[in-house]
Amino acid sequence: MVALVIAEHNDSALRPTMLNVIAAAAACSGEVHVLVAGEGCAAAAQDAATVEGVSKVLLAEGAQFAGGLAENIAAQVLAISGEYSHILAPATPFGKNILPRVAAKLDVSQVSEITRVVSADTFERPIYAGSAIATVRSKDAIKVITVRTTSFAAQGKSAAAAPIEASAPISVSTRARLVSKESLATDRPDLTAAKIVVAGGRGLASRENFEQQLAPLATKLHAAVGASRAAVDAGYAANDCQVGQTGKVVAPQLYIAVGISGAIQHLAGMKDSKVIVAINKDPDAPIFSIADYGLVGDLNEVLPQFTAGL
Amino acid sequence: MKVLVSVKRVVDHNVTVRVKADGSGVETANVKMSINPFDEIAVEAAVRLKEAGIATEVIAVSCGSSQSQETLRTALAIGADRGILVECEGELQPLAVAKLLKAIVEKEQPQLIIAGKQAIDDDCSQTGQMLAALCDLPQATFASKIEYQNNLLTVTREVDGGSETLELVPPAIVTTDLRLNEPRYVTLPSIVKAKKKPIDVIPANSLDVDIATNLEVLKVSEPPARKPGVKVGDVNALIQKLKSEVNVI
Ligand SMILES: Cc1cc2nc3c(=O)[nH]c(=O)nc-3n(C[C@@H](O)[C@H](O)[C@H](O)COP(=O)(O)OP(=O)(O)OC[C@H]3O[C@@H](n4cnc5c(N)ncnc54)[C@H](O)[C@@H]3O)c2cc1C
Ligand SMILES: Cc1cc2nc3c(=O)[nH]c(=O)nc-3n(C[C@H](O)[C@H](O)[C@H](O)COP(=O)(O)OP(=O)(O)OC[C@H]3O[C@@H](n4cnc5c(N)ncnc54)[C@H](O)[C@@H]3O)c2cc1C
Repeated sequence: MVALVIAEHNDSALRPTMLNVIAAAAACSGEVHVLVAGEGCAAAAQDAATVEGVSKVLLAEGAQFAGGLAENIAAQVLAISGEYSHILAPATPFGKNILPRVAAKLDVSQVSEITRVVSADTFERPIYAGSAIATVRSKDAIKVITVRTTSFAAQGKSAAAAPIEASAPISVSTRARLVSKESLATDRPDLTAAKIVVAGGRGLASRENFEQQLAPLATKLHAAVGASRAAVDAGYAANDCQVGQTGKVVAPQLYIAVGISGAIQHLAGMKDSKVIVAINKDPDAPIFSIADYGLVGDLNEVLPQFTAGL
Repeated sequence: MKVLVSVKRVVDHNVTVRVKADGSGVETANVKMSINPFDEIAVEAAVRLKEAGIATEVIAVSCGSSQSQETLRTALAIGADRGILVECEGELQPLAVAKLLKAIVEKEQPQLIIAGKQAIDDDCSQTGQMLAALCDLPQATFASKIEYQNNLLTVTREVDGGSETLELVPPAIVTTDLRLNEPRYVTLPSIVKAKKKPIDVIPANSLDVDIATNLEVLKVSEPPARKPGVKVGDVNALIQKLKSEVNVI
């Protein structure tokens, strides 16, 4: 039994939350291999080789992987899938885009967004926006799994590096082409890996207010910035800041929700945070029901005081 | 261009879901059911393509019990031209749905298939991608914009760190994100009109598709509850607690 992890990387290193995926893989199987597919991504393969528990890294390099198209990466995974009992990827847009293609071609079910490995074939996963937890058992020969990274502790680094082997790159003809990528540059920490998240909702009332009131607090705390769907839809924050059922799932040490009412779809993305602070002017806002510390007040007064008081 | 949209009947997003006492699932008896919100967005996208003169016909497909006809009626009220119900009892896994949809795709030969990025009950986010793989079609998931010009689909996708734009040669599959559009408010006249539109009922077992699953739900339980918290009087008290009680700042 060997587990294969599909790496999400930026060519020079693994995405930090891959350490959590590798931890989940190690819980499934005693041996873990990592596939790094890309163009000019040998450094990312070296990074993967030094993660504890990884016994081999497969490096597939080729121009066809540069854009990260699901069609091409899925084909590469399928070409080597025969040796594996488990295939895992993070439950991020990257992993969710690729893995169902792999599962369908293997004619197996996919187990989405697992939060616990009970045994090699049994897993827990949240359903209905986290209102319930399903325990599922897969009898498929190959278990295809996406992992909710916040539910697993990050794997450590090891002193000795695992061997890196070239994996012959597969080429498929696809009728999809990457035209452009618009990256939003930010010097803040990755939302899904940050220790502190400061999140704003509709209560911020404008993009300017979001920038001028919320952002300074985040900067002072070295925090990532999150947002509710209402705040993203209104254009106060970028779409990849959205926390919730249909956005990102975060579980930082500290989550500060400002002007967010606490809809179930939002809670689905943050209720596993260690400490939750809610700042809201409505004493009956549902967010207070899951907050460790609630402060009833106008955010326009509270936020400047908070930032100044640190 | 013919457009096929998949629509799923799910527990309405405003319903507070309760776990059954025996751990066999969640309570779905007597709760409000609706079209999956992402599928509503998918139907809206297809209907807008038709209104723009790009789509010639919009077909809504649902797999499930006969009650899914209600969901198809919602799609028809938004503006789909006809519905197909692939009828079967019991729960369907995404792979099974993808296989059933593939049979319909082969029959209807649409140029564009639009699915939701996830169904809000099971949150799997698999079906569209699986269908794309089974039909060997290019895919653009989590779409926030769809354009069609010179026989090319240009789709903007929401990804980590921003967005990306893909070009697909149809036939192709797109899955919808929340910001693709805001579905129209369905008016009474359109609901009345939708009642007259045709819905074909096809028994799933007539499609020669294996919908058995190797995934077994052992139990469904409540998530662990959080300890109740406290309200603090002012910002200083809050900072004090965060520093000394929980040491997080
Ligand atoms: C408590 C519980 C118990 C369950 N028990 C079982 C069980 O015992 N056996 C079993 O096989 N399954 C079981 N299921 C799974 C089943 O309910 C889900 O329907 C299935 O996993 C589909 O997942 P999804 O809809 O989240 O797919 P997603 O991949 O998230 O759906 C994405 C999109 O695919 C399309 N789509 C999905 N389903 C349909 C459909 N039926 N018709 C048309 N379009 C569709 C829609 O466009 C949708 O937006 C259980 C689920 C729960 C919550
Ligand atoms: C299918 C589906 C998926 C969804 N997915 C997500 C998701 O992933 N993430 C998500 O967040 N939502 C999601 N939603 C939306 C969700 O249901 C809520 O609508 C949304 O979270 C509300 O955002 P909000 O709390 O910012 O706004 P509101 O609910 O409007 O709350 C604003 C809050 O700000 C407070 N406030 C106003 N002014 C001030 C002030 N001056 N000082 C202090 N407090 C103030 C108010 O008291 C109120 O509590 C989804 C919905 C659906 C249907």
